[in-house]
Amino acid sequence: MTTSHAALSVRGLCKNFGALTVAQSIDLDLQPGARLGLIGPNGAGKTSFVNLLTGMLRADAGTILLNGEEITGLKPEARVHRGLVRTHQINTLLLETSLRENLAIAVAERENFAWRLLRFTPQWRRCLAEGEAQLAAFGIADLAQHRVAELPYGQQRLLEIAIALVLKPRVLLLDEPAAGVPAAEAHAIHAALDKLPAEISILMIEHDMDVVFRFAREIAVLVQGRVLTTGTPQAIAADPQVRAVYLGRSAP
Amino acid sequence: MAYLTVLLDGTAYGMILFIISVGLTVTMGLMRVVNLAHGAFAMIGGYLAATMMRAGMPFAAAAVSAALAVGVMGALAELTLYRPLYRRGELAQALMTFGLTFVTIAALTSIFGSNVKPLPTPQLLSGLTNLGFTAYPTYRLFLIGIGGIMALLLWRLIDGTLYGARLRAAVDNPRMARAVGMDVNLLFTGTFAAGCALAGLGGVLGADMLPIEPYYALRYLVIFLVVVAVGGIGNFKGSFLAALAIGIVSTVGTFLLPGASAYIVYVLVLVLLLWRPHGLLPARSAP
Amino acid sequence: MTVRPDMSAPTLAQLRLGAGRFGWAWHVLPWGVALATYFVAGAYLTLGTAALEMILFTLSIDLALGYAGIVTFGQAAFFGVGAYAAGLLSIHVTPDPILGLLFGTAIAALLGLVTGVLILHTEGVTLMMLTLAIASMIGAFAAQAGDLTGGDNGLQGMQISPLFGVFPFDLWGQTGYLYALGVLFLWFVAAWRIVRSPFGRSLDGIRQSPRRMRAIGTPVWWRLIAVYTLAAAMAGTAGSLKAQTNQFVGLDSLDLLVSGTALVMLILGGTRRLYGAFVGAAFYVVVQDLAAEFDPFRWMFLIGGLLVVMVLFLEGGLMGVADWLHHAAARLWLGTARK
Repeated sequence: MTTSHAALSVRGLCKNFGALTVAQSIDLDLQPGARLGLIGPNGAGKTSFVNLLTGMLRADAGTILLNGEEITGLKPEARVHRGLVRTHQINTLLLETSLRENLAIAVAERENFAWRLLRFTPQWRRCLAEGEAQLAAFGIADLAQHRVAELPYGQQRLLEIAIALVLKPRVLLLDEPAAGVPAAEAHAIHAALDKLPAEISILMIEHDMDVVFRFAREIAVLVQGRVLTTGTPQAIAADPQVRAVYLGRSAP
Repeated sequence: MAYLTVLLDGTAYGMILFIISVGLTVTMGLMRVVNLAHGAFAMIGGYLAATMMRAGMPFAAAAVSAALAVGVMGALAELTLYRPLYRRGELAQALMTFGLTFVTIAALTSIFGSNVKPLPTPQLLSGLTNLGFTAYPTYRLFLIGIGGIMALLLWRLIDGTLYGARLRAAVDNPRMARAVGMDVNLLFTGTFAAGCALAGLGGVLGADMLPIEPYYALRYLVIFLVVVAVGGIGNFKGSFLAALAIGIVSTVGTFLLPGASAYIVYVLVLVLLLWRPHGLLPARSAP
Repeated sequence: MTVRPDMSAPTLAQLRLGAGRFGWAWHVLPWGVALATYFVAGAYLTLGTAALEMILFTLSIDLALGYAGIVTFGQAAFFGVGAYAAGLLSIHVTPDPILGLLFGTAIAALLGLVTGVLILHTEGVTLMMLTLAIASMIGAFAAQAGDLTGGDNGLQGMQISPLFGVFPFDLWGQTGYLYALGVLFLWFVAAWRIVRSPFGRSLDGIRQSPRRMRAIGTPVWWRLIAVYTLAAAMAGTAGSLKAQTNQFVGLDSLDLLVSGTALVMLILGGTRRLYGAFVGAAFYVVVQDLAAEFDPFRWMFLIGGLLVVMVLFLEGGLMGVADWLHHAAARLWLGTARK
């Protein structure tokens, strides 16, 4: 390919639930290596947008391209294999399983080892080793063998991100990565976010303005199921329209 | 004319299924407990009424007292045995209540023996009523009438009163109900007791069609659960429709296709649940 | 003491029976007992064979329900269909036991595949109802299709030729016992391997959180269909074994009570252990036989009460109790060793 594609390109995405419109012709581009923040008031359709992107919801109309390839009709798991990975707003982890196995299971899935029923030992060792390496990169290698349920919430948040990373995403959707983390543990999340590999294109859906303005180089504002405007954090903060619908309400 | 008679039989059967299952749908919808002991509560009602009638109590008084007694038992069971299960998975709930059913069956057998316990219908309701085209058992007409009245009363209760509004809110979103300060525990205990009382009443009234014997609790459990699942868990109007549909289809099916009678209901259930996995009328409208 | 205490404490997995350096010794115990039974059981050998068949059947439920979290109450359908398939093959086609076993297994697996595709997109109570409905339907069908199944009289006239052409199925059930033990052993080793494979671990993940598994790219539906088919095959083998060792198949092999009994056995022994199915089923069969002198209802009372108590207080079952004793003994041993 000589033309460079956007990492993720959304055109005319629509979704209704009966009379309720959650997406009305959303257009959005995510450039390679982007750090895009998606903000919007409650009920703007942020969660539905994520579900449309990941395939948990079927779009009524519109297209989604991942690196120039259409993924609109693909199942959620197929999109993950193409490199579109998400984290969850509320921790969605295997609580009874150890940290490193949470990661190893994801690695096995990425490498398509997971259909192996009988001859698997070397592959599984590799999966475990890769999981441990990822934990070490996040500074929690000593917890590798412990069950996730034994961890404080903040460290579980880190694991959410770690699992997404071992899937080697090209596009990563971070759904409120710092939600529910006590202030004392937030710095670990911020450190992990700052260290995310530069080549991954990231869309962060966030409620907390501090987190967005700290992380994003560009911000899109979603209101009533459509993108109101896109711009640099400074431009968004100064935009009177945005202030009116969004910041105006929460500003002190 | 034979068709009309069969249709009436099916309706009466459906009404009994409704009275017994309506408590189950509310408890399964509200408390999210898979309650495999519901048939046991219905059966206990039948045994209590039979005992009281043998002691000389009239039918109506025995039916009502049996229902009340089963309600009290239900409340006690909810407080001691069911409450620890709310946070557990379906499997734990199913197994515990299955065990409870076993215990009930064993206990009732050792007290009453394993034969069918006859529940004589009262003088007033025995015999036949002339409907013009046929003479039809009065008791079954009474069942259809009382089932209809119960459905209407419950409909008024659930759609038209504050209690009903609370119940619906709690079924839709238990966490929200708690958050706005509802006494959910009391609501649970009360509703569970009421559901058990209805089951007990259904056990007494339906003894004509579902004879009271120790294996009652297992024999008819599947059909009660099927009514709940097909109607949409937590939706009492759905149970009414499902109970009538299943009552009529199985009765008419037995009449028309005696060879297939045993599995025609299950085919219906399979088709309905595959078509609408959340039942005819789902309680919560999923986004 | 500079080590953080919570981090140095052994994890749950390390405290389990069978973990650690001499863990393998624990494997010898159940299989050793099973083999020894052959020599000492005498007239009870047929009871032992029945226990082995129930262990295999319970194992199949542990796979589908314990590991993958498929709340199935209809596993008896596969057991019964496997039994009838093996029986019919021996009457109409060939008396060879191995072919019968493979046929029963394959037919049950096919049924598992077809019904799995139909129902596994649902979950929770709906799924439970669907498994019940399918099992009830098959049971009712078998009762009515008297020409094929013999109806209430059961399937009669089965002839089983000697195993490998050498060992006849004798009246005392000696061949039957070793045959069942061998088949159980093969399935057990396969199951042991499978639950530790990436496939098995993904099932464990699906049970805990299907959402999480979808987010890492797991085709959840296909994975569930695969394990459901596998469990159906295993149940079909158990049914075929029962048909061949009894040389008879009755409608009771399709009864929901078979599913219920096996569930009780599983919960008694402990889920997600494999050996839980082993211990629970063996315990159940032995105690039931001992208790047969008093009336069956007292037995029912005991089992029902045990279920209630197990669910409310002893989630791990007998294997959980064994873990606890093992742990306590280990601590005692270490404590005295230090002094």
